[in-house]
Order: sequence, then structure tokens, then C-alpha cells
Amino acid sequence: MKTEGKKAIWKDYQKEIAEDKYYYVRSCVRQNFFPGSETTFLKIMRDVLKKDVFENPCHTTCTGIGYHGDIVPVETTMTVVARQFALMTESGYENLMPSCITSFGLYTEILDTWHHFPDVEEKIRKQLRKATCREFKVPKNLAHSSDVIYKFRKEISTKAKYRLINKNTGEPLKVVDHIGCHYAKMFPSKGVGGAEYPYVLAGMVEEWGGQVIDYPERRHCCGFGFRQYLIQANRGFSIACSKEKFESMKPYKPDMIITNCPGCPMFLDRWQYVINDMEGKTYGADGEGIPVFTYEEVAGLVLGFDPWDLGLQMHQTDCEPLLRKIGIEYDPEAKYVLNGVNTNINASTYLEVR
Amino acid sequence: MNKHVVVIGGGVAGMEAAGQLMLSGCRVSLFEKDEKPGGHLNEWFKLFPDRRKSSEVKEYLDSLISGEGIKIITGKTIEKIVQDKNQFCISDKDGSEYTADAVIVATGFDLFKSARKEEYGYGIYDNVITSADLEGMFRKGSITLVDGRTPETIGIVHCVGSRDEKMGNLYCSKLCCVTAVKQAIEIREHLPSAKVFCFYMDMRMGGAYYEELYREAQEEWGVNFIRGKVSEVSESINNRLVIKSEDTLAGKPLKMQVDMLVLMAGMEMSEGGLKLADSSGLKRGDNRFFAPADHHFGSNKSNLKGIYYAGTCTMPMNITETISHARAAVLDVVEYLRENKE
Repeated sequence: MKTEGKKAIWKDYQKEIAEDKYYYVRSCVRQNFFPGSETTFLKIMRDVLKKDVFENPCHTTCTGIGYHGDIVPVETTMTVVARQFALMTESGYENLMPSCITSFGLYTEILDTWHHFPDVEEKIRKQLRKATCREFKVPKNLAHSSDVIYKFRKEISTKAKYRLINKNTGEPLKVVDHIGCHYAKMFPSKGVGGAEYPYVLAGMVEEWGGQVIDYPERRHCCGFGFRQYLIQANRGFSIACSKEKFESMKPYKPDMIITNCPGCPMFLDRWQYVINDMEGKTYGADGEGIPVFTYEEVAGLVLGFDPWDLGLQMHQTDCEPLLRKIGIEYDPEAKYVLNGVNTNINASTYLEVR
Repeated sequence: MNKHVVVIGGGVAGMEAAGQLMLSGCRVSLFEKDEKPGGHLNEWFKLFPDRRKSSEVKEYLDSLISGEGIKIITGKTIEKIVQDKNQFCISDKDGSEYTADAVIVATGFDLFKSARKEEYGYGIYDNVITSADLEGMFRKGSITLVDGRTPETIGIVHCVGSRDEKMGNLYCSKLCCVTAVKQAIEIREHLPSAKVFCFYMDMRMGGAYYEELYREAQEEWGVNFIRGKVSEVSESINNRLVIKSEDTLAGKPLKMQVDMLVLMAGMEMSEGGLKLADSSGLKRGDNRFFAPADHHFGSNKSNLKGIYYAGTCTMPMNITETISHARAAVLDVVEYLRENKE
């Protein structure tokens, strides 16, 4: 494999990412899936990088899941998104930074639609005015929160306490980067590195000491795929997708998986447990699972945040072997301690894939 | 006649046009940007449909332009043509200027840059090559992988950069199908035990003996043809290429491993032609090739009187068509020069 070829493509797909003053919109589902990630992101942005990040409590769902699930009509979706833009405008911000990949993809799609069909934008403006008396400006800059961490990956590296290196061997950790489908597959030019060889997570991994694995099913869906999982009858297809990926990455002996989408870490993490339970199969080295992280969790780990503050105890595929591999200092006994109370339940250890 | 005609481009069309102009009594200056004339012919090993050596055609063209009436100027890129009454001023990249009574533009085509089809991984995965790269291997007499091993399974992807809206090329390059068939047979000639799989959208075998060649590939050489485009390529841990496609005749998705993948790069307007068109006011079509004044009656005529087109600078053509087109351009030039004796 020639990395020069990839570098040439990465050069073609660089995007403008705002420097500061972000209007942050949270994901509907991430706070349930991995509750520490968005909190960690805000901590990194505000406390470590000293950036101005604003949140508006009136923000709602973008309807992305309903839109891609063929439930919400596109005009309704556009009007809801127009309201999000109006909230941003009223808050005095211009740089929209969604936490969710599907929201990012949806905002990108709507802005592109309005660019090509100004009459549609005008119609949506009228609808929003009629429904809410609100006006809006389109975002000056639209970047996913992983784009922003990518932008500041070097600053994070200079403040890092740990690197993505196996402390016993000194070798870079082998990392699978999995990009959410809605990040760049629809609009390659809007993603760092494009759609075929995205660089947004690979850039973080490389900067923080790890080595990215290019495996055959790299582009394959994580298994969420909305209709694959949300429609109960399709769930077998969902787990089959995830399994396809695990089987493909296994020969490379990955140490960890990094993701930038709400659904991907959830499904890559949870389905490993299910496959283990159904077939007794694991995909990491030494019979363990492959721990799956959000990019905020990985950034938090290299910055030296407490793993339990990041919410790693919520993962079903155990992260502790990896913490030990990197040499991260942590208290295993504090895993389920919340405000001084041990909230451990028997089920949690049962769910770990070891 | 003693008129001076400049021919821009020393490929098949330019060489044929220059030779025929000389035979018609013109003085000719033939400009070629590379160090020697021949164009893509220099890179090819054998030609379809009869698999004659490309060197035989090159020898014919070389002999045609070897007369005294033709001045061959190589290593010069012509960038602009300016008309002043019945004279043309032609300037090259270095600023040198030449005059002519008429001009034939034969700037040819460029092969589609296959790296633009990012999903195929050309320039990234070691054993993804183009049809031109494979011709280079045929010329050397050995088909090998990057690590020196002999490939056992080879995939061929048709329509790379052709009939592809995403790449901005709606047109069919016309020759890739038959090139794929020819190359598949040649692979089997070189490597009798190799398995060859061609992935196609339609088999467009519109030339003389093309369909027969297609049949021969299947019946005599056991080449497998799968109707379906390759959607993505990746590399396995043992350096094999994993390709995904759909067998649209079987109605099933398909995933398979090959040792080597050959991309049938389509034809595009040459970069030199694009520059020349923009600087000289020569009209181009939606397909970016030079737009002939009339597709039926004036396929050699440009929008500027005295400037004519020959060959693949107007559309994809095979060598037979290119030679005929070049000869027709010469007829137009001769007629123009007769009309403009003064």
C-alpha cells in the first residue's frame, strides 16, 4: 500500500473549520449511548483549548433518524433544521458544530439543497415564520465536532499525558478508525480526507501516537444503518454487518476502535457482546474484545482524564485491558462509584467481553 | 502548391495528416510535445482486433513522415494559434512563433486519470494498475505483481472514467471494451493458468471483428465476463485485492479476491488540447473535446476557417477511424488552400 496516494487524496479534501465561537448542538442519542462523550468534549473545548462553545437549551432533534427512516417528510425536516439555525442566529453565533454525524450530514444536505434550489429555502423560511415567527441566517461555518478535534489534534498532543503506544512493547497501538456513513459518503468534499479514505480520525490517531489499520471492510456500515436496526425484523442484518467488519479486522489484531458517529460505537461495542454470547467468539488479541471508543473518549484518555469520568464503565466491551496497555493510571475499584456511592450491579460485569 | 501547414500533435492522426499533406504538395511542420512522435502508440504492445504489433503501424507512420517536405519538431508544446487574415501565427510554450497557411490540430486524447476513481485505489493499492500499465508489462514480456510473483487471478474493470456522471464524462470511450477483451486474451496467452474476470456495464463491441474477438475470449480463452460495476476495492492482509461488485445477471452481490486489478481507463480531451482551445478561441463540446463545425458534414472543420481537426481530439476513435479522419482533414485543408491562393 502506498501512503503517498492517500496523502494526495487527503490534500484534495481539506475543509474550512472555524477557529472559535462555536454553536454546539448535541445528539439525541449519544447521551444515552455514551453519556460521558459530549461532556468530555465540552471540557476539552472550554477548559483545555479555551474555546467559546455555546449551547442553547431550546435545541431539539434535527429529525435525522426519522428522515432517514422514511418517517419524517423532508419539508418538515428542513423546517425543524431552519429553527435550529434560527436559535443559533438568536444566540449570536455563526459557526454550527453538531455532535451527531447524521445531523451534520443532514445540515450539509439541506444547505446544499438550498444552494441549488433557493426557492425551496424561501419556502422553508416562510413556513418557519408562519409556525414560529423566527428568522435565521445560514451557518457561516459548518463542522462536525470531530472536525474540530481534528483541527486541534496537535494542541491536544502537546498537552497529552499519554500516547497511543503499547507501554510494554513501545509499539504504536493498532487502531481501527470507523467513520459514520453520513459524515462524507453523501458529500465527500465536506469531510476531512473525503469519503473513500477519510482522514478525520486517522489524523487524530497518527498525531497521538497510534497506527491506523486499513482492512478490507473499512468502508462497511457499523450495523446501525437505521432501518437495519430500528425495524426489529431487520436486526439480524444489523449484527451481520457488524460481524462482517469484526471478521475482516481480526487478522490485523487491532488494539482498539475509534469512531465519530453516535450509532457506530454503540453497535460495534454492543454487538461484540452479543456475538460473544451467541457464538463464544471474540475479535481482539488474547481472546478479548476490541474496545470501542468515541473520539472524545480517546482525546480524554490521552489528556489524562479519569476513565470513569469519561464514562468508560458504560462500555460493554471491557476497556481496562487497553488502559493497562497504554499505562493509564486509574482506580479499578472506582469504576461504578458515583458521588461516593458504589452503583455496581451484578449485570455490569456479566456484560463485559473479556 | 508550396503552402505551409502546421500540424499540432505527433500521434497517429498528426503523423498521418502530415504525411498526406506532404503527398498533396504542402510543406509541413509537425509539432510533437514529447521527444518522439507516435503518441499512445509508443506505449501499446498489440492492437485490436487482430493483435498485430503496434510497432507495425508505427513503422508505417514513420515511413510516411520521413520525406523531405516534413519538418518534425519534437519537445515543443504549442499553446496558441492566432489568425491574421490568411496567415496563422502559432506560438509554443517557450514563446517561439511560427507562421502557417493552415493548421491541423491533432492533439489527441489523454487517458482518464484513474486515481480520480478513488474507490478503485489506483496509486494506493500496489496491484491496481491501468490498461496502459498492463501494455507496459506486455512489452516487457512479463506480467508480475509488485513483489515479483505471478498473478493467478486478474480482474479487469471496464468503463473507468467513461459513462460516469460523477466524473463528468457522460460519453462512452468506445474502445475500452475491446481493449479489455484483447488484454484478457493476451493475459491468458502469457499466463495460461491465470483466471481472468471482466466486470462490464454493457459490452460495446461496435467495430469490425470486435464481436468475434469477444466470442473468442469466452470460447477459446475462458475469460469470465460479469455484468456489474466494481463498487469498491480494498487490500487484504496478504496483499490480495478484495473487490465488491454485483452480478446483475445473477441478481446477487459479489465479493471476491484477485491478485491484480486492471482499470480500463477511458479517453478524455488532452490537457494540451484544452489549453489550446481556451487560448485560441476554438470551441469545445459538452464532452470537452473540440467541437466540429458539423458532426455529419464537417467533422474536421473547426469554428475558425483554416484550422482543422484530425483524430481523437474531437471524440474517442480507434486507429482505423483516426487515420481516415486525418486523411479527411487533409482534403479539407487542400480545398481551403486552393480557395485561398492569395
